[in-house]
Amino acid sequence: MLGACSDGVWNNPYPSESGTSNVIYSSFSERPKRLDPVSSYSASEYQFIAQIYEPPLQYHYLLRPYTLVPLTAKELPRVRYLNDNGEEVYQDQAAEIVFSEYTISIRPGIYYQPHPALAVDDENNPFYLSLTKADLKNVHTLDDFDHHGSRELTALDYVYQIKRIASPFLHSPIAGVMREYIVGFDEFRSRVDELYGDKDAAWHDLRPVDLAGVSTIDRYTYRIRIKGQYPQLVYWFAMPFFAPMPWEAEKFYSQPGMEERNISLNWYPIGTGPFMLTENNPNLRMVMEVNPNFHGERYPSQGEPADFEAGLLADANRQLPLVHKAVYSLEKENIPYWNKFLQGYYDASGVTSDSFDQAIQFSSTGDVQLTERMRNKGIQLETAIATSIFYMGFNMMDPVVGGYSQRARLLRRAISIAVDYEEYVSIFANGRGIASQGPIPPGIFGHIEGEKGVNPYVYDWVNGEPKRKSIEYAKELLAKAGYKDGIDAKTNRPLILNFDTPAASSDAKAQLNWMRKQYQKLGIQLVIRATDYNRFQEKMRNGTSQIFQWGWNADYPDPENFLFLLYGPNGKVKHHGENATNYASPEFDRLFEQMKNIKNSRKRLYIIQQMTEILRRDAPWLWGFHPKAFSLFHSWYKNVKPNLMANNLLKYKRVDGDLRKVKRAEWNQPNYYPLILLFVLLVVSFIPAVVEFYRRERSAMK
Amino acid sequence: MIAYITRRILYALPILVGVNVITFLLFFIVNSPDDMARMFLGEKHVTEQQIEDWKSERGYHYPLFYNTEKAGVEKITKTIFYIKSVRLFVFDFGRSDSGRDISFDISQRMWPSLAIAVPQLIIGLLVAITFALLIAFFRATYIDYWAVVICVALMSISSLFYIIGGQFIMSKVLRIVPISGFDSGFFGIKFLILPVMIGVVSGIGSSTRWYRTIFLEEINKDYVRTARAKGISEQVVLFRHVLRNALIPILTGVVVILPLLFMGSLITESFFGIPGLGSYTIDAISRQDFAIVRAMVFLGAFLYIIGLLLTDISYTIVDPRIRLG
Repeated sequence: MLGACSDGVWNNPYPSESGTSNVIYSSFSERPKRLDPVSSYSASEYQFIAQIYEPPLQYHYLLRPYTLVPLTAKELPRVRYLNDNGEEVYQDQAAEIVFSEYTISIRPGIYYQPHPALAVDDENNPFYLSLTKADLKNVHTLDDFDHHGSRELTALDYVYQIKRIASPFLHSPIAGVMREYIVGFDEFRSRVDELYGDKDAAWHDLRPVDLAGVSTIDRYTYRIRIKGQYPQLVYWFAMPFFAPMPWEAEKFYSQPGMEERNISLNWYPIGTGPFMLTENNPNLRMVMEVNPNFHGERYPSQGEPADFEAGLLADANRQLPLVHKAVYSLEKENIPYWNKFLQGYYDASGVTSDSFDQAIQFSSTGDVQLTERMRNKGIQLETAIATSIFYMGFNMMDPVVGGYSQRARLLRRAISIAVDYEEYVSIFANGRGIASQGPIPPGIFGHIEGEKGVNPYVYDWVNGEPKRKSIEYAKELLAKAGYKDGIDAKTNRPLILNFDTPAASSDAKAQLNWMRKQYQKLGIQLVIRATDYNRFQEKMRNGTSQIFQWGWNADYPDPENFLFLLYGPNGKVKHHGENATNYASPEFDRLFEQMKNIKNSRKRLYIIQQMTEILRRDAPWLWGFHPKAFSLFHSWYKNVKPNLMANNLLKYKRVDGDLRKVKRAEWNQPNYYPLILLFVLLVVSFIPAVVEFYRRERSAMK
Repeated sequence: MIAYITRRILYALPILVGVNVITFLLFFIVNSPDDMARMFLGEKHVTEQQIEDWKSERGYHYPLFYNTEKAGVEKITKTIFYIKSVRLFVFDFGRSDSGRDISFDISQRMWPSLAIAVPQLIIGLLVAITFALLIAFFRATYIDYWAVVICVALMSISSLFYIIGGQFIMSKVLRIVPISGFDSGFFGIKFLILPVMIGVVSGIGSSTRWYRTIFLEEINKDYVRTARAKGISEQVVLFRHVLRNALIPILTGVVVILPLLFMGSLITESFFGIPGLGSYTIDAISRQDFAIVRAMVFLGAFLYIIGLLLTDISYTIVDPRIRLG
């Protein structure tokens, strides 16, 4: 029975036809909570919706540094700068700029995926926009609707989605950011609240309510007006928040009876992208298939020089997507996930700590390479430094470690030297990361490699590489700060510092012990205050922590997205922002305001260098490390290039299904001889019982 | 009998209220409504206003047990506890914090749990009874001694070890069944083999020992001695008389767990990727979805009470001497 299911391979978790077909097999470990682009904001959700929804822009798949290119837009947005009278001014007249205006033109002829919300009859009347509960009697999923239709994408759909971001009822996570910029955002929220707040309206039709800063110019063009300048806005245009939403879909899902059947936008997305979600069972499997109405896109023909050699341009100008289906299986545990990858049932895999030693080894020169077993299977490795940072922060409001006095700076710098992040990465991350020299990770404008990029307060440049300053030097700094050998000169007592962490598991114990030892090098006693994540966040919001560890993953490839983590008006305690250390340096803040509004240039780089120098001097963070992502993929999986900014990568991937089928069969031939042996052993184990039985029978007869 | 059942159902009400209160307290000691909102809305760029809106839409903006700002009965009714708990007693589980209908989800996810639990129970029962009878047959011999040793050894191993070991041997080394996954229909049977087998093997030690004890107790009773005195063979005594009488405690022990089969297994479902109610509960706890957690705890408590009631009733069916009064 097992063999009959799947081409003689008994452990195949997919139906038998799966081997050669042009399908990608992957997994997900965390079920997506929401698939509505207005609220989705996590990697587990973007894995799916980024293939379905199409914002106007996207990141070029191959070019580095990360480059924005049009997706549904005809070209990159045209930007105008306006003064208070609405007259156009030049960008370098920064003082006069009161508004910036982005005009985006989308390409005509783009259609939505088939969907019942867009189904119309011969007279153009929608089939399913006036349903009653009775009409839904036999409806359980979208497939239960007989008619599916489509319509052309228009600028109005983009405007409608921006209104959804502003809606007070949809809780978009970026509403707080956008209200700072988009003209009329707060007024729009108030009017929508007035209109629908008191009513139990199922559908909040946002079309009749004007959002002053967002309007359509014609069927295919819309305009966004923002206050002042915000050059980073274009990066948001490449995120699903700014993908189009047809009003019909919102109306369709809000009809009576839909909610009870769990038929909602969070479950059944509707987009124009290359794929559509055909099976949404996040407790088991998510399946995406090609959108038959996809407008067409070509594989990029440009890339970096190394891309030609790596074969990444072999599919140049081919029609996308290159596969017709992708099957994602829920895999919560690492062991089955890793073994299925080794058996060929997943095309690609990350490298977890459990499987690291099986997959990766370091050469005598310290280079990362695959183990022989992996190489024999034809598995390949790709690594990329993530646009993320894990840092240790000092609460700048704390009377001991915080503040801007020379004493406090010296204390923080001494600790910065003592905590050896190279060792941390080596022990706890299997070498997957690099110690940071500042807040900006590699690959982001403003990061400088080599001697010029080294933090001189922590490192010396020795023999062509950074070398952490000695612990003796750190002790000298500590003594200057008034804590000779870790003894507070004022009280003559040992210096005791508190480290707040949500890591309370037994796995984290080794890390926390290691951290304690780093402080002990200076004679400082580190008290670990482990708590759950909710309490940890509460401490951060209240500013009652002293030292903590946290991280940040870039939203977009701009230094502003890292430097704003230390911008005073973003302080967590006073302003509920993302500046967790509550660092506030007027000098830094002034430079930040200059830097954020100018394009990448020598001038901008110079300002960033000044800002970095201020940060290194003040040391509000121990700069921690930038993690390195390792990914493994099988020989049949093509066009793999890490792109840490783009999420819509599925369309570029290709598989060699024939090779996959051969390899799966080769690696998974059932080995049933041990089972036969086990059966024989079981039979043999009954022999004593049989012997005993006959002995009893004989003795009874006697 | 009807009076007895009515009385037991009435007794169940304060138990269910107590379970609800304890669940409520435990949950909100660890998670505040603010924490739940932050978990749902994410960490980046979330404003206080959004958190307040999220709470107010789901009724989490009220105090936990007592609303001092309201008057009269609203002091009690305008609280999170009242709003979230009262409807449970009419089995209206409402919507999860992410907006899905909980009753619908339960109705969908109980089938995968049952697909594992029912065969596991039946096969486990047959195997354990067979082994226990054999051991009882060979009582006080070296077979009995070694069988008990093996049972104790099997009981001492963690269920996690069985799962990981089973996956390693059956799926990785022997490559006989998929290591994890689930599907419906005929194709789905191959996914059930390993979890069912592991469930049976991991439970065989304890259940065999328990049934052995029951059989040995029965073997020493007067009617067995009488049967032997009449010259009936040991096999007939064991399989016809002892087995039939020993089934009373076995069946009543099984009846109590029958309703709980719906609830699924937390670890097995997680390791095998089975979309049952066990993984549903675990997911809800990790997502801090109070609506699902309280619904599942309530359902578990209710089913347990039903199980106990069914046990009592089953006593009267299998042993007519027992009367419920």
